[in-house]
Amino acid sequence: MATLANPIIVNETAPLPVAAARRVAVGWWGMWGCIVSEAALFAYLLFSYFYIASQTTNPWPEGGLPKLTLPTVNTVILLTSSVAAWWAERGVRAGRQRDLQWGLAGALVLGSAFAGIQLLEWHNKPFSHSSDVYGSLYFTITGFHMAHVAVGLVGLVMLLAGALRGYFDRERHSVISIGILYWHFVDAVWIAVYASLYLSAYLLL
Amino acid sequence: MIPRPASVELERRPRVAQASFDSPLAERLEAIWKTGPGLHGQLATVDHKTIGKRYLVTAFLFLVVGGIEALIMRIQLAGPDANFLTPQQYNELFTMHGVTMIFLYALPVLSGFSNFLWPLLLGARDMAFPRLNALSYWIFLFSGLFIYSSFVLGHAPDAGWFNYVPYTGREFNPGVNIDVYAIGMVFLGISTTVGAINFIVTLFRMRAPGMSIDRIPIMMWGTLTSSAGNILAVPAVSLAFFMLWLDRRHGTHFFEVANGGRPLLWQHLFWMFGHPWVYAIVLPAMGIVSDALPVFCRRPLVGYTPVALATVATMIIGFGVWVHHMFSTGLPGLSLSFFSAASMVIVIPSAVSVFAWIATIYTGRPVFKTAFLYFAAFVFLFVVGGVSGFMTAAVPLDWQLTDTYFVVGHLHYVLLGINVFPVVGGIYFWFPKFTGRLLDERLGKWSFWTMFVGFNAGFFPMHIAGLLGMPRRIYTYPAGLGWETVNLVTSIGSFVFAIGVLIFIINVVVSLRHGTQAGNNPWGASSLEWLTPSPPPSFNFVVIPHIKSRYPLWEDAAPEKSERSVLDQGFVLDHGRETLGSSALDAHPDTILRMPGDSLGPLLLAIAITALCAGLVLNLAWLSITACVAAAVTIIEWLWPERFLAQRRD
Repeated sequence: MATLANPIIVNETAPLPVAAARRVAVGWWGMWGCIVSEAALFAYLLFSYFYIASQTTNPWPEGGLPKLTLPTVNTVILLTSSVAAWWAERGVRAGRQRDLQWGLAGALVLGSAFAGIQLLEWHNKPFSHSSDVYGSLYFTITGFHMAHVAVGLVGLVMLLAGALRGYFDRERHSVISIGILYWHFVDAVWIAVYASLYLSAYLLL
Repeated sequence: MIPRPASVELERRPRVAQASFDSPLAERLEAIWKTGPGLHGQLATVDHKTIGKRYLVTAFLFLVVGGIEALIMRIQLAGPDANFLTPQQYNELFTMHGVTMIFLYALPVLSGFSNFLWPLLLGARDMAFPRLNALSYWIFLFSGLFIYSSFVLGHAPDAGWFNYVPYTGREFNPGVNIDVYAIGMVFLGISTTVGAINFIVTLFRMRAPGMSIDRIPIMMWGTLTSSAGNILAVPAVSLAFFMLWLDRRHGTHFFEVANGGRPLLWQHLFWMFGHPWVYAIVLPAMGIVSDALPVFCRRPLVGYTPVALATVATMIIGFGVWVHHMFSTGLPGLSLSFFSAASMVIVIPSAVSVFAWIATIYTGRPVFKTAFLYFAAFVFLFVVGGVSGFMTAAVPLDWQLTDTYFVVGHLHYVLLGINVFPVVGGIYFWFPKFTGRLLDERLGKWSFWTMFVGFNAGFFPMHIAGLLGMPRRIYTYPAGLGWETVNLVTSIGSFVFAIGVLIFIINVVVSLRHGTQAGNNPWGASSLEWLTPSPPPSFNFVVIPHIKSRYPLWEDAAPEKSERSVLDQGFVLDHGRETLGSSALDAHPDTILRMPGDSLGPLLLAIAITALCAGLVLNLAWLSITACVAAAVTIIEWLWPERFLAQRRD
């Protein structure tokens, strides 16, 4: 490095971490901004659902009360996926590469299982997005969620690829922390979707 | 190439040094930060100052286009029974005029100011997410052109900027125009959202040491509040337009009564977004006045804390007033009462700010420069627009005035008064910082008085036309209803206003070449951007200043005992593109932030998203899918962990 003639070195301060090292970077804040906006999107989706439910004269829900077994099992699977992701992040923060890799792989497998079962659930529905406004809402809301799951799964694949190459350690885990934060959001917002589309149908009879 | 250190450090004691803008350190920083040469450099740059200027120029071009659309309409309306335009042409023009001014001018122009100024006001070297910043500009540009492409397709949106169903359903409006508008708005929403996140994170993470949250300029409160509002409000309109597109093209029934949907759902979603948006496009402009007006009154703003709190309060209440756009839709009385009351309550924070500005002028020693005139005029126009807004907040009066020219007059007083006047005043104020030269004062005075007289002559009679019963959005009117005079005066006023804008543009063009050299701080202003040369170097600050007061450049006038900011001595941070990260509230240094270099990623991603939107509108599945894959690849490349950013091990 070039020596600097002019700047007079006055004093030195305490060491500061550089960039994303040892802490979650500005990207963590950015992800929170993204999550707030995405959460607002789901709030407006669910507002639309309840608004139409309160105003419509159509039979509600279309095709009778939704069956709960499959979606409830699927909800548990998705939440378990979040637990695996949490395990992965906890591992990398402690420098345990194996926990990181297995945790990410587990989150990926469980997340994919959720997506597969959700496709089956879609297939089982007696209505479509174009049969009635209920179907339009059901498939649009779950479709938006599925799109978020898809983005999350691609993200998990990328994190796993980085983890298998040994990119991350206890000093440099911000990418993992930020990616998993998004995955937790995808799982948390599903609880709101599940409660609205499935459980509330029973409560609001 | 940006010189980068060979080994990657995890922590460092940052050197503190004293240095000026002509030191060897400044040269070294210039080599690190400057944008690369040639076309590649221009397309790949992430310099917030370049992006800010691009935002300003692009938004102004949209303003000119929207203004020409308005003038064509005013020719048609100047007299009764005119045939200058067909009804269809008129519908397309008033729709595109609204879309252009509200979405493609009003917020982007404020983003231009904020982009250029944000790091300079904070004592930082760039935004928190430089590439995201470039992306938000490219998407703004491309989505604007995308919406305008409907003219090329021969059929522009024609159902008004708020695009009510069922007019916009496929049954009544089968063309591609509404689809272009719908997808274009979802597209533009990406730009607004990522831009807003960038402002918020930058503000909370990148302030110079000592610049605690109660020392930031009011403009930052305005943009912070507006950004927070956008993050929460934009999804509503994106969703509404997306649902409309699904209804039109994919057989869903959100807004169709026949299959259980509800047209009012559109109005709710649109105005849940629309009203916070109104505050998003005025609060940063009010912030411009709160910061720049005191400079010309030679004193600090009266009531910093009340004005900052009023800014935040306005936005919070602004989320609870959307139904006042829907008073005539047959909603229950209780709902009308609540939203009417909330709409009146919002007067209180607005009045707090107005009295603060008046008190600043009254207790100061005003210097009557052009910028001051624009800001003072803003206060007057804001009061006029505020009073007519307060009037329509009363439900019975609203029932009489809704969909008349009274509302058109009101919204133009509010949007031009609170956005255009502060923006033009802001350009007079910051032009020297943008370009190094001052705008001409003589032309400036001419531009101001022409705009001010033209504006009031053009828009005040609209209130009268409305009280006389003239509905909005009619392409012509019969003689003998008593509307001829007010319409003729309005048309003349609008052309006078346009001449004022033209004089302003001439002033900009002439002063770019021949303006007086400005120096660092031509107005004797108080905030950090005036510490830097005009225009500022690529790295903004040689050393990161240390802030001890709200007005770091006015401390000579402060009491002897008060602490002084340290402006010429601070952290060097020169191991590549670096700036300081600090804690959210008290701005205590806590990180050395590293910035990514120039990148074509933002441009490529914006192109991919443009292709995706085109595919969605034109129903080309192959194009949409290819574009999605291209976008995904670009994003993965963008986010892939980098050693320099300490995101991965060697």
